[in-house]
Amino acid sequence: MPEIRNMTINFGPQHPAAHGVLRLVLEMDGEVIQRADPHVGLLHRGTEKLAESKPFNQSIGYMDRLDYVSMICNEHAYVLAIEKLLGITPPVRAQYIRVLFSEITRILNHTFFLGTQALDLGAMTVFLYCFREREDLFDCYEAVTGARMHPCYFRPGGVYRDLPDEMPRYQPSKWHTEDEVRRLNENRQGSLLDFLEDFTQRFPVYVDEYETLLTENRIWKQRTVGIGVVSPERALQLGFVGPMLRGSGIEWDLRKKQPYEVYDQVDFDIPVGVNGDCYDRYLVRVEEMRESNKIIKQCIDWLRKNPGPVIIDDHKIAPPRREDMKNDMESLIHHFKLFTEGYCVPEGEVYAAVEHPKGEFGIYLVSDGANKPYRVKIRAPAFCHLSSMDELAKGHMLADVVAIIGTLDVVFGDVDR
Amino acid sequence: MTDSASTFLTRLDQRFGGLVTRSSICCKQVTIELAPVHLHEVCLALRDEEEFSFEQLMDLCGVDYLTYGKADWETSDTTSTGFSRGVSAGIYQTDSDTRPRYAVVYQLLSISRNQRLRVRCYAQGEPPRVCSVVDVWSSANWYEREAFDLFGILFEGHPDLRRILTDYGFIGHPFRKDFPLEGNVEVRYDPDKKRVAYQPVTISNRISVPKVIRDDNRNGNANSSKGAGNA
Repeated sequence: MPEIRNMTINFGPQHPAAHGVLRLVLEMDGEVIQRADPHVGLLHRGTEKLAESKPFNQSIGYMDRLDYVSMICNEHAYVLAIEKLLGITPPVRAQYIRVLFSEITRILNHTFFLGTQALDLGAMTVFLYCFREREDLFDCYEAVTGARMHPCYFRPGGVYRDLPDEMPRYQPSKWHTEDEVRRLNENRQGSLLDFLEDFTQRFPVYVDEYETLLTENRIWKQRTVGIGVVSPERALQLGFVGPMLRGSGIEWDLRKKQPYEVYDQVDFDIPVGVNGDCYDRYLVRVEEMRESNKIIKQCIDWLRKNPGPVIIDDHKIAPPRREDMKNDMESLIHHFKLFTEGYCVPEGEVYAAVEHPKGEFGIYLVSDGANKPYRVKIRAPAFCHLSSMDELAKGHMLADVVAIIGTLDVVFGDVDR
Repeated sequence: MTDSASTFLTRLDQRFGGLVTRSSICCKQVTIELAPVHLHEVCLALRDEEEFSFEQLMDLCGVDYLTYGKADWETSDTTSTGFSRGVSAGIYQTDSDTRPRYAVVYQLLSISRNQRLRVRCYAQGEPPRVCSVVDVWSSANWYEREAFDLFGILFEGHPDLRRILTDYGFIGHPFRKDFPLEGNVEVRYDPDKKRVAYQPVTISNRISVPKVIRDDNRNGNANSSKGAGNA
């Protein structure tokens, strides 16, 4: 009789459902997983070490590249940490802009999650729908910063520039006819806020579309209900945050519990799951998109009514206007010092956390009073979530691993740093 | 937050009194320092006792204090030489720090009490050692592997202390301050051997902005003077 042995399967690092470069060593008993050992670090770039060798502001761009589907939220935590050490508060308008863009980013992240999760589980259409909406939001990023994915928009003391008065428009080309361009530009006639308002009116219908395709879908439910169940106690033990924690029924959202910026001024709810399985986490995220849409609407209303500065007036930290530099010696010196040496941050240590779309994203910053951080530790939510892979996957079938990776919402820029 | 930082610190002091070697408040955040021998005991108490109930370990990281407070370029006095750009500068060894070189920093979060706490534990010896807290918080597992990988800190009692972020077969601990930024080896594809080959790095680090410490009050900030962040 032949000897029966457990089989070891190497899942990834080049696997379309691995969401990046995850190498998963799976010990199988037939189709059932006995042990899952994720090997991470294939995308390790040493962001924290690089940040130690650069003036504070030069690392903001690195933060975008951590979790590269929710770029601005990474910047947000880093910028908040610096601001806490410097003891400065950005102007209210800047805080509203930050909230606005954080919520845009949340929708970007959740549509990405939904699209890829659905694609991994066999629903192609949702992926196409989700990426259609992401385009509009990337256009907003582009309109205000010039970059679609890595905006580097938040700065200590505010945001880099105010919202633009007009949206970029499509030009006729050999790919777009005049008529087509006219139709595409219909909602781009006004300012960025007009375009966004139009988006917020359209978006709930889009979310309904996703839900029509998935929520009551028999195949979707068979693939997600009862898969990767986490009890609230284990979720806390495993350091789960964000939708992973809320999916298990714990009502915890930093935006409500430890409000930063103007989250205490806006009205929104925290969706909470019951069973702690992949399906509940999906529902939580879908509901969060609707809540984000609500927050965006409120920010638009406020921003329309209240013009004002978007960055603090302290030129030791924020650069002076270029116009001033032409006529004012002091402005020129400030600019020169800021961009050659940066600013020195008082000695101390701080932990700043934001409610990132994936959960609590924290920056632990140690400064020894220099113009470069002494130590930056990035607390990435996905790193913690992925570490529970073994516990979640044990006893499930091989095909469920894909559902579990999807529901963890891992992005490897974030895990590997 | 339910408690202000100072009342929370008082409560901690009352409960743990002699076990806490040093405590401080910086930016309204409480830090306590523990000796490695008491770490496990205090962590358990912080998790289980109702008045603290820190159910979650948010983060665990190593810190290397080798060059803490040491600048590339002296700015308080005038010197006859400037900082020559594009060269690696000698580190100004001005003030000697007496604290141990490595520390492990834990960020705790209590969901039921909406409270945060930072715990620091200096790791002694070479290789530095502290005890593991995996049995207190499961999330410590990968964080301790990471701190071991990047700083070479050994966590005694960890079930599976392997490298996690660096390459298979990597030598050294890259986040130590004496590990060069550009690394020691680089890889390239060797067409003769038909495989990826390792070789010593061919690039050198070029410091374009020197690290300077300006201890002035231009920011109008109260805790800019040295050590004032500590209560």
